[in-house]
Amino acid sequence: MKKKVVVVGNGMVGYKFCEKLIAKGGSEQFDIIVFGEEPRPAYDRVHLSAYFGEKTIEELTMAPLEWYSENQIQLHLSDPVTNIDREKKIINTHQGISLNYDYLILATGSAPFVPPIPGVEKDGVFVYRTIEDLDMMKSHAAKSKIGAVIGGGLLGLEAAKALLDLGITDTHVIEFAPRLMPRQIDQAGSDILKSKLSTLGIKIHCNKNTQEIAGGDTLEKMVFADGEILKVDMLVISAGIKPRDELAKIAGLEVGSRGGILVNNKLQTSDESIFAIGECALHEHMIYGLVAPGYEMADIVASEIVGNATKEFTGFDMSTKLKLIGVDVASFGNAFAEEPDCQTIIYENKTKGVYKRVNISNDNKYLLGGILVGDAEQYNMLLQTVNNKLPIPADPEDLILGSRGGESGGESGVMSLPDEALICSCEAITKGQICHEVIENGNDTVDTLKKSTKACTGCGGCTPMVKDLIQGILKSQGKVVRNVLCEHFEYTRQELLSLVKIKALKTYDDVLEDLGHGDGCETCKPAVASILASLWNENVLEKGRLTAQDSNDRFLANIQRGGTYSVVPRIPGGEITPEKLIVIGEVAQKYGLYTKITGGQRIDMFGAHVGDLPAIWEQLIEAGFESGQAYGKSLRTVKSCVGTTWCRFGVQDAVSFAIEVENRYKGLRSPHKLKSAVSGCIRECAEAQSKDFGIIATEKGWNLYVCGNGGSKPRHAELLATDVSSEMCLKLIDRFLMFYIKTAEPLQRTAPWLDKMEGGLAYLKSVVIDDVLGLNAQFEADMDALVDTYKCEWKEAVETPEIRKRFVHFVNAPEEKDPTVKFEPLREQIKAEDWNAVVK
Amino acid sequence: MIHLYELFHAMMKPMKNMNNTETMTSWILACRVEDIPENGGACVLLDGEQIAIYNFKKRGEWYATQNLCPHKQQMALSRGMIGSMGEDPKVACPFHKKTFSLKSGACLSGDDYEIKTYQVKVEGNEVFVAF
Repeated sequence: MKKKVVVVGNGMVGYKFCEKLIAKGGSEQFDIIVFGEEPRPAYDRVHLSAYFGEKTIEELTMAPLEWYSENQIQLHLSDPVTNIDREKKIINTHQGISLNYDYLILATGSAPFVPPIPGVEKDGVFVYRTIEDLDMMKSHAAKSKIGAVIGGGLLGLEAAKALLDLGITDTHVIEFAPRLMPRQIDQAGSDILKSKLSTLGIKIHCNKNTQEIAGGDTLEKMVFADGEILKVDMLVISAGIKPRDELAKIAGLEVGSRGGILVNNKLQTSDESIFAIGECALHEHMIYGLVAPGYEMADIVASEIVGNATKEFTGFDMSTKLKLIGVDVASFGNAFAEEPDCQTIIYENKTKGVYKRVNISNDNKYLLGGILVGDAEQYNMLLQTVNNKLPIPADPEDLILGSRGGESGGESGVMSLPDEALICSCEAITKGQICHEVIENGNDTVDTLKKSTKACTGCGGCTPMVKDLIQGILKSQGKVVRNVLCEHFEYTRQELLSLVKIKALKTYDDVLEDLGHGDGCETCKPAVASILASLWNENVLEKGRLTAQDSNDRFLANIQRGGTYSVVPRIPGGEITPEKLIVIGEVAQKYGLYTKITGGQRIDMFGAHVGDLPAIWEQLIEAGFESGQAYGKSLRTVKSCVGTTWCRFGVQDAVSFAIEVENRYKGLRSPHKLKSAVSGCIRECAEAQSKDFGIIATEKGWNLYVCGNGGSKPRHAELLATDVSSEMCLKLIDRFLMFYIKTAEPLQRTAPWLDKMEGGLAYLKSVVIDDVLGLNAQFEADMDALVDTYKCEWKEAVETPEIRKRFVHFVNAPEEKDPTVKFEPLREQIKAEDWNAVVK
Repeated sequence: MIHLYELFHAMMKPMKNMNNTETMTSWILACRVEDIPENGGACVLLDGEQIAIYNFKKRGEWYATQNLCPHKQQMALSRGMIGSMGEDPKVACPFHKKTFSLKSGACLSGDDYEIKTYQVKVEGNEVFVAF
């Protein structure tokens, strides 16, 4: 008969123990029985706040119920173990199960620590640990305006993010200590973090001692020791954790005076057949409240009981990097080392909200640790430098500021790490293991490595490093790392564009037949479709090209939550007549659409059923509108300010020029979307310097800026030419855009295109101004040809029966709309049903 | 107006109930060949269920799957791009490009969920789904 392993607790660490035990062949030796207190199988508590945003419960679940049954693991949910008879080796559960064990694994985790403040029992006071907690917060949040969190540590700030996600814009964080995240960062780092979070609308109160939570049955306000009062509608307490050791206590196991089940280096409790792992275990006076050390403990115990123990638990590196409400925070190695034990270098930029601190050994040879706030891009390399005692630059400030000038000096980066360097700390994957997978097993993409090693599947923080490592290994093997499109085309986008042009190929199928292999995919199809449109400017839906288009291009509208589409007619320069405004209103009313002004000075209409699109367009076209191509990787808008037509400061007619520019480039398809703007004077109200090409009026003409963008990595555009005439300005834009279209990678916007261009802006100028390649006449002619062949895609679609008939949801019931589409009311309009709430 | 296919469908229903075992498949007329764009998909409504049908002309093959993408529960797979990963034919959901094997229904982008697949046959101009 098999021996029995009983696991108490089905959280992340309890689950990981099962996974490790199965992987080590444990199911042949043992029957595995798991008891969990919560009603659902283990889920990812680290990313809990994602439950309010981008993720569903299913996605947060570590493994579905079938996984347990497939691996012959008996899982009892909603059934906590209530006592242990250590003499007889029997556990008893709440639901009355009695079971003997050979090994007992306690993975009972922790509970939120609730300080004894009067009033904590009131309605509207929450803790933040389980899905149930979140559900309760969600329903209370619906009627709350002001929220507060007690605790400014890692979890407290996570909880504050959850409140923001729940729509509570007035959120306060109350911290007893003088600084935020006292375990991870220092005062100066906390100050920067505090000012960053304030700009996001979170009000931080440090040095604040909550004396009472006042109100009736429901809380109404918080009273502080300094006499101040804060009115609140809901409060989350996140003041720390306390290990769940009550079962261990009942069983007479040794526990620490401040909680936690005492364990040795094998994670054994005072009873040698009982182990404790994760947040409930107390090892050398330490409770480890992070998931990575918990996983390490799970691994060690699994090895121990299958009789293959190789290592012991001797503490864990508590370095962390996380994104808190969009702000990077990291602390690594000995973050708090101070002079005279080390030399400290600090970089602080209050305007950008960046703080960096590194602690260097007194002999100037080693990095000991440090803190990063606001920008933690260097975290992985810095951590590796500490852990592997790598040599540091002669001028240690280069560690955080980068090498400025001089020779670049030797190999750096991930390839210089030793094989034993830990790359993925969640799954304990070393550089050596990844090299082995790439070289011996050919797993040379992040996706295949995820499957074979589980690297990058925990927190995901190591993904950029793994990518660099793959590139580095392939390069060192002499394999040319070419940016080919995908598995179906051995060409870069630039090569493919030239070949398609020379061979005069007009459809995706012809291109695949002639230049590719296999059946294509969602990467090469839109890339080739874009090349074809940039070259020939034929309707994207004709000649069987429709199925090569990405969904938005295929339906000439933007797919939105719920599967309906949004429609954006072109409003060049943002100028529109009252008559046209009325038509937009009428169309939106007729089809029940939600309307919103876009950032590009036009009007978006949301919630259109696919079958209604042709009729909507017909009515818009009738009124003189054209497609705004909001769905395409193509010119979006040319935004403008009013310039000399009305503004007392204007020096040129910005609106007229914006309309001319927009009408010239409308419909132009490119590797990525293109945005533009024209400002009538130096005050720059149209924000032209944040566009792919932006134009600002001067007394003498126009200044042309290129390669800017907003988005997640905002970039200021760079000045290409000054005081040029309107005619010259258009010529320069023609050349610039054609050069970009012909040489960029798929889905590369103009800013990263310029970043990767050898010679940078100077080279771009030499091409489009000095004509060093002798291509400018060609660029201008190509652009003229595209401008001459422009047609409105909507008009062609509604007038061509072959194309129009595809705009239905059910091809066997064309009149019927998708019955699963649901809307909810929102401020006198509608919105799509929340897709995290939908179970169909 | 009763659509021709609905009428046909209504006639098929009792037959399906008679063959009330899982091993028996009943072929239901779903649509005409020209209703499904070449090398792409479209959606049909069969017995209240949304089925995505794909005409994989490049391979001379037809496939059918549930229309629902399990990632965000969106009725969207029929509007996705189809293609291949190695030899495996696949569809990519238009929402977040989760990809699924058209043969096995397995998620090829590494998630745990999968989609239902159905057999398809084409006779003359008519497309049938085993339902």
